[in-house]
Amino acid sequence: MTTKQSRQRQFGWAIRQVILYSLLLVLGLAFLLPFLWTLSSSLKPAGSGFKFPPEFLPKEFVWGNYPQVFVMIPFMSFFRNSLFVTGMSVLGELISASLVAYAFARLRFPGRDTLFLLVLATMMIPYPVTMVPTFILFKLLGLVNTYFPLILPPWLGPAFSIFLLRQFFLTINTELDEAAKVDGASEFLIYRRIIIPLSKPVLATVAIFGFVAYWNDFLNPLIYLSESSMYTLALGVNFLRSFRGGGELSIQMAASVMFVAPCILLFIIAQRYVVEGIVTTGIKG
Amino acid sequence: MAEVSVAQQGPTVGHRTRRLSRRHREALIGYLFLSPWLLGFVIFLLGPMLVSLYLSLAEYKVITPPRWIGLANYERMFGDDLFYHALSVTARYTAFSVPLGIAVALGLAVLLNQKIVALGLFRTIFYLPSIISGVAVAIVFAWLFNFKFGVLNYLLSLVGVTGPNWMGSPRWALWAFILMSVWSAGSNVVIFLAALQGVPKALYEAAEIDGASSWHRFWNITLPMISPAILFVAIIGIIGSFQTFTQAYIMTGGGPANSTLFYLLYLYKNAFNWFEMGYASALAWVLFLVIIVCTILLLRTSARWVYYEGDARAR
Repeated sequence: MTTKQSRQRQFGWAIRQVILYSLLLVLGLAFLLPFLWTLSSSLKPAGSGFKFPPEFLPKEFVWGNYPQVFVMIPFMSFFRNSLFVTGMSVLGELISASLVAYAFARLRFPGRDTLFLLVLATMMIPYPVTMVPTFILFKLLGLVNTYFPLILPPWLGPAFSIFLLRQFFLTINTELDEAAKVDGASEFLIYRRIIIPLSKPVLATVAIFGFVAYWNDFLNPLIYLSESSMYTLALGVNFLRSFRGGGELSIQMAASVMFVAPCILLFIIAQRYVVEGIVTTGIKG
Repeated sequence: MAEVSVAQQGPTVGHRTRRLSRRHREALIGYLFLSPWLLGFVIFLLGPMLVSLYLSLAEYKVITPPRWIGLANYERMFGDDLFYHALSVTARYTAFSVPLGIAVALGLAVLLNQKIVALGLFRTIFYLPSIISGVAVAIVFAWLFNFKFGVLNYLLSLVGVTGPNWMGSPRWALWAFILMSVWSAGSNVVIFLAALQGVPKALYEAAEIDGASSWHRFWNITLPMISPAILFVAIIGIIGSFQTFTQAYIMTGGGPANSTLFYLLYLYKNAFNWFEMGYASALAWVLFLVIIVCTILLLRTSARWVYYEGDARAR
């Protein structure tokens, strides 16, 4: 190879690198823009929503917007409600889905494979089909405006998590449980003492997906919670926007920042599990 | 190991009972473990589906008991302009947002697959929007899309374009939602990236020796090899986008001039604002049917464009 050729090749490589990184930088900024803008707007003085051109950085930081949110809505009580609903739902999902997944992955009983196909099929059924009768059921039971309609379903085996956990349980070596079985261990003991401890990463995945889904859920709280003292944050933040000082950009953004913060923190701390979970279900499934 | 020593303390079952009905016992234990799902399936799925089917054939306005009216709800749909309208809004949204989302996610995944530094950082940035779906996104984008004071129209004005009145114009409102959905398409980047990394390097090397350009390599190797992932993402995307609700409820309430009256929003209004529970149930079944038909069509055509490695070996 002549030096001219190799120099040309190097030049081409450099050009491609420049294009690649400029593209990534521009796209990365575009995806980050709504976040950065939300954060900066949460610190702007009153009336900033109606300025043109919009300011990207506030001239002075108005930290008072954050305490103001607590004055306009009972933020702490909404936050506690959300934490309770989300926490109980995630707990139920972890327990029920892991029990069911254990049965599908490790136990033998008639109809197992057919029932597993049924689990997969239920994932296709859109929620609106069951939404109205489920509401009527909870209304008949007098449970509308309680947290039961939000918390109970996750305790009864959500299909997606069953699928995810079962795929993982299948990969666990059976040697340990067979040894335990010879020693007379019950199935529950094997589930509790062998499978669960070995499955912590995938359980973390289920917990994170669950947390994000229940924390952000809007439709169900909207249907079931009519009393404002019961509101979850998703409803509370919308309540702030539509009824309390609706037009104030900075207050809305401060509330939004506090609303999404737990999800973002959780994701940044544990994103390894999210990536692994998506890859397991998306590809290997 | 600790697990085993604990296991030894577990209850032992008498030899006689175990021999007699081991299979039955195993089955019983299996169903016991399964019981949360079995209960959930009956209470929250099968039961509601049957009731929903019945209600779709009834008039039920909550205050009086349901009254059987046969297929009248479905007949009513044929003459209901808003039904057609909601279906068309949702179908148009799906037709644009799903392919666009796939194209963007695939493009980003290809960029991230170029052995770049700070891969984790960029992956996080592109994924982040999809974990804050719903209310917060709707509130923030309502401001970004603001006709007079919004950032988007400001950026457009910098390049000499006068931005439309996004949320206020029947012509543009749906496009605002489509743009928003693209911003949230990042979770698929992770799926596509994993698929791209699964393509055997040998294929590219062989193609390079044959002098195939990078575009050819992408078109003839990459795309076929990751087509199963594309099919998966497309199906999940269609099911999800037909159920769009929160953004529309918060940002436009279906307006202006019903231009963002998404199907689920119309269904919700029927059920919970107008207490037309019967009609809402019929609407839900038609939605289900539409989703099934779309999925089947996609699967049917997939034989032509989805490549499974197993097929090649069989040939």
